[in-house]
Order: sequence, then structure tokens, then C-alpha cells
Amino acid sequence: MSLQLITYLVVGATFALYIWIAIKARAGSTGEFYVAGKGVHPVLNGMATGADWMSAASFISMAGMIAMKGYDASVFLMGWTGGYCLLAMLLAPYLRKYGKFTVPAFIGDRYYSNTARIVAVICLIVASLTYVIGQMKGIGVAFSRFLEMPYEYGLLVGMIIVFIYAVLGGMKGITYTQIAQYCVLIFAYTVPAVFISLQLTDNPLPQLGLGAQMNDGSHMFLLDKLNQTLTDIGFNQYTARSDSLQNIFLYTMTLMIGTAGLPHVITRFFTVPKVRDARSSVGWSLVFIAILYTTAPAVGAMARLNLMETIHPTKDAHAGEWLKYDERPTWFKNWEKTGLLKFEDKNGDGRIQYVKDPAQNEMVTIDNDIMVLANPEIAGLPNWVIALVAAGGIAAALSTAAGLLLAISSSISHDLLKGIFAKNMSDKSELLAGRIAMGGAIVVAGYFGLHPPGFAAQVVALAFGLAASSIFPALMMGIFVKRINKAGAIAGMLAGLGVTLVYIFWFKGWFFVPGTEMAKNVADNWLFGISPEAFGSIGALVNFIVAYAVSSITPPPPEHIQNLVEDIRVPGVVRR
Amino acid sequence: MNNDAQAYWQANIRLVIGCLVVWFAVSYGCGVLFAEPLNSIRILGGYPLGFWFAQQGSIYSFVILVFFYAWRMNQLDRKFGVQED
Repeated sequence: MSLQLITYLVVGATFALYIWIAIKARAGSTGEFYVAGKGVHPVLNGMATGADWMSAASFISMAGMIAMKGYDASVFLMGWTGGYCLLAMLLAPYLRKYGKFTVPAFIGDRYYSNTARIVAVICLIVASLTYVIGQMKGIGVAFSRFLEMPYEYGLLVGMIIVFIYAVLGGMKGITYTQIAQYCVLIFAYTVPAVFISLQLTDNPLPQLGLGAQMNDGSHMFLLDKLNQTLTDIGFNQYTARSDSLQNIFLYTMTLMIGTAGLPHVITRFFTVPKVRDARSSVGWSLVFIAILYTTAPAVGAMARLNLMETIHPTKDAHAGEWLKYDERPTWFKNWEKTGLLKFEDKNGDGRIQYVKDPAQNEMVTIDNDIMVLANPEIAGLPNWVIALVAAGGIAAALSTAAGLLLAISSSISHDLLKGIFAKNMSDKSELLAGRIAMGGAIVVAGYFGLHPPGFAAQVVALAFGLAASSIFPALMMGIFVKRINKAGAIAGMLAGLGVTLVYIFWFKGWFFVPGTEMAKNVADNWLFGISPEAFGSIGALVNFIVAYAVSSITPPPPEHIQNLVEDIRVPGVVRR
Repeated sequence: MNNDAQAYWQANIRLVIGCLVVWFAVSYGCGVLFAEPLNSIRILGGYPLGFWFAQQGSIYSFVILVFFYAWRMNQLDRKFGVQED
């Protein structure tokens, strides 16, 4: 069977499954639409959170970033998992106790202010929308590469599938499809990793294979071999740090705080029955996420080693020679067609020189996304594994898109309409409004997927910066510091958001308009060597300080708010 | 807040601080600040220790920490009589 036919069958089968689940799990009330009726088992919610969290970026791009940056890419591994500790200990159980449907609803009630609620809604929509554009792009790329379908059609098919199950089922439909999507994506990610680990080290567990000896007779440890191969041709050591210490530190911190503050993740813990379940469910989420996140470093390192071995072999007859361009393998040609891989024969010798120095390097483009998608081909794995990777990538993108779209639509129908502008709305019309908002959000996301703004890659930094500098501190102080009042919270959010935005815009252009940047985005210009992506943690710090300072010189919150804080601090009923 | 609830909250804060110290130590400590010196130690075959913490060990520790926290909190809930139902 041809690769294309197998891919159609595998992807088609997963789509049929998602739609079947959607029909089974329709939402009948706003409670089901927003929080799946608060009846999701904590382990299942953990699985759904795993799929919700692991986006096209985690599935497709992360291993590629690790392959290219080595140790420096640890910021993503630690940042995107360590945030769950903050979520488990500082936010999820308390917000579940509060028992409302959305994150802005808590901020609005705790700070007794519609202004605070609207600021939260704006942060939520900007953060979620930037994220969703990336997912739409991921769906389009997966379709166009593996099904050889035009990008636009791929995007349209993806939109229709999300539309069916997200609009019909709301959180309930999304939850159960996410569980199925998790199974698809984790299987698709680990199977090729196990194969490749076996090929290189005879160890079936990629987590151990990465630390094991090569089975090529050299008895070298895989990481030593990789370090040697890279340093021989002028690259930095794979296992050593190249970036500055403070930037690695703060970047990790920003990603951790941002992770804990992203509303579509927090909302997932509103769907479990009890406070106790919210605590354990974060643990289960992290287990399911860790399976992929501990496999990714192995995939990255092994893919890099395979790539180096292809271009600059260290064994066989051609040892020490650069690969002749005419003898390049099929996968190389396939990916050249997509433009994600580009070769330029600078010295005209017909061979591929891949070195660190940009003046001599002839591999002018190696897109991060190739590493995972081409990995099975580079390792020569069977066609069904390649088809599986395509289905997994699509599952990762769809599940994250659905979670984000729900966060956007519920903030519109529940926070803006029902909460502020149309308070008398009935449950039934709110449900309808939620569905319309969802449909609208899908269309907007699809539009941006078709016409991706030039700054699409840069705004991801914005999503984490926003969540870290505005939403997380407001939520955390709302629970842990009774004294923070309305004025303090609003001033803190705006100050944190302000400095983060200004810092990002300063180096990337105001509103990302090219040419308007105030300084070139290079390490020499950065404040204390902190990159714009890493600045969210500084924004969070500013938020904490300003909120505390303003609250301490203004009157304390009213008594019923102080009682509210006492109530959410304990799982049961408070006796007064 | 009555005394029980107050004591429960104090115990909770102590537990959270303890857990976050470990959280910080395994990631920012072993994985970032002291990664370089730790890299001279090898574990599980060929893993330099600092690199292992940054790309593997910290993640395993996070999982254990979250479950430990959930388990201790359930104990505290019962001890101070503030559990649900």
C-alpha cells in the first residue's frame, strides 16, 4: 500500500472516532458546555489536559528545537512541566472550590470589579487567539505534507472537524475527544522513538537510550558521540550551556508561570467533581505530559545524530567526507520540496558542508518541524509509522485548538454577555450564545490560519508573557493575599502587562510592525541579557510589587470578599 | 476564620513552601545554576548529571512532588476536619 493511502486510512479512522464521540457527548446545559457538568474522572481529566496542553508545538516543533539547541532547549522541558507544580499547589484546587465556569469570572468576583474582569478577558483572548493560529497552521502543514492536499483544504477539513465536536459538545464533547486524541498522539510519538532508540542503542526505552552506549561497536555513550561529532565541526557541545545563565533561568521561570496562568489549562480543572480531585488530576496530567516530555530529549538527540551521520558520516567508506549533494537520500528531496530544508552550494564542490559558521554553512534552512516529522523516514521506519505520526500531529493540533476555542467562546458568552452586558439572559440563550461565539472563534482562527500574520511565530512569546505577567499573579494573590484589593489588582495587572509588552515591542517592533523596533533584537542590547521571550517573569514580579504597594495604601477589600477568600482556602464548608 | 481553619492554612503554607523548595532545587538548582559542575558526574550510563536534571530528572521530580502534595493535603483535610462531604 502506498504511504499516501495508509495515511488517508489512519487519519480518516481517527476523524471518524472524534465525530462519533461528539455525537455521543452532546452538551445539554451551560454547565455541560463550560465545564462538562463537573463530572469528569480525575485520571481522564488528566489525559484530556495532556492533549489540551500538548499542541502542535510540543508534538512537532519541540524535539526539533532540542535537536538544534541541545541543553539550551531545557527551558521548554522544565518550563512547560514545572508550571504544573505551581498550578497544583497555588491555583487549581482553590479555583475549583470557587466553582465558577471561567477564569475571568473569578478575577471579577474576587476583585469586585467588572474592569478587572474585562482586563482578564482581554488577556485571555489575546493569549488564546495567538496560540490557536499556530494550531491551525500545524493542521494545514500536516495535511499538505502527508496527504499532499493543498494547505487551504487541509485547514478547512480541520476547521469542520473542530466545529462539529466543539460546537455540539462544548467542554463535554471536547473532553472526551481530547482523551481519544491523547491516546493517538502519545502512541504516535513514542512508537518511532522506541524504534530509533532500539536502532541506535538496543535499549527500548528512549529515556534510558539517551544515556546508553551506541551499539555500533564503538561502545561510546550516545551523548559523548553527539558532543564529539558536533565539536569536531565547530558546533558547541550538545550537553553544555551556550545561552547566558540568567536568560536560561528567567526564560524557564516565564514559561512555568505562563503555563500555570494559561486559562485554557486552568479551566480543565473546573471539570472534576471535587477539590481533592483537582489536586490529583494535576498530578495525572503531568504524568501523561511527562511521557512525551521525557521522550522528546531522546528524539531530539537521536534525530540530530542521525542527521549528522547522514551529512558527515563517521564510519564506513565515506567517513570524514561531506555527503555529495547528488547522493542525498529521498527524505532530503521530499523536504526540500516543502522549503523547510534548503541547501546552497556556496563553495561549488557539489558536497553538503554543514558547519556552524554562517558564511560557510550550506544547510541554509533546517526547520525545527522537520525533526519529528521526518524522523521515521530518516530512520527508515515502515510506512504505517509515518502515517501514525501524521495522525498524531493532527490530533495534537486539533485538541489544543478546541481547548483554546472553548476558553475564548466562554469568556465571550459567560463573562462579557451573561456577566456584564446581558445579565438577564436565560440558560438556554446563553448556551446558544456560547455556540455562536465558538463558531465565530473558529472562523476567525481559520482566517488567521489562511492568512497567517507575519509575526505568528513571535506572538507565541506574547501568549506566555501575557499569562505570566497578568493572569497568574492576579489569581495567586487573589487566593493567598487577602489584603489585595481592587485598585491593587488592576494596577498590578496593567503594570505587569505594560512592562512586558513594552519590552517585547521594543525589540520586535510596536505591535510587531517591522521596522518600528527601538533596538536590534540581539543579546548585547537586552537589559541584563534577558531576551524578550524571557521577560514575562520580570513582568510578573512588577505585577506582585505594584499590586502589593497600591493595596497597602488603599482601603482593604470589603468583608464579604475577605470571607470569600477564607471560603476558597478550605475544601469543605467554613464554619463561622 | 476559626482556629482550625487558621491552623489548616498555616500547615498548608508550610507544605507548599517545602514542596516549592524542592521544585526550585531540582530545576533551577541542579538543572540550571549548578548544572555545569554537576555535569562531571555521570549517571544511568552516559548522562552528565546536570544535563539529566534539566532534561529528565526535574520532570520526574515534578510528578512525584504533585502527588506528594495531593496526598499530604488530603491528610491535612481530615486532620483539621475541613474535607468535603
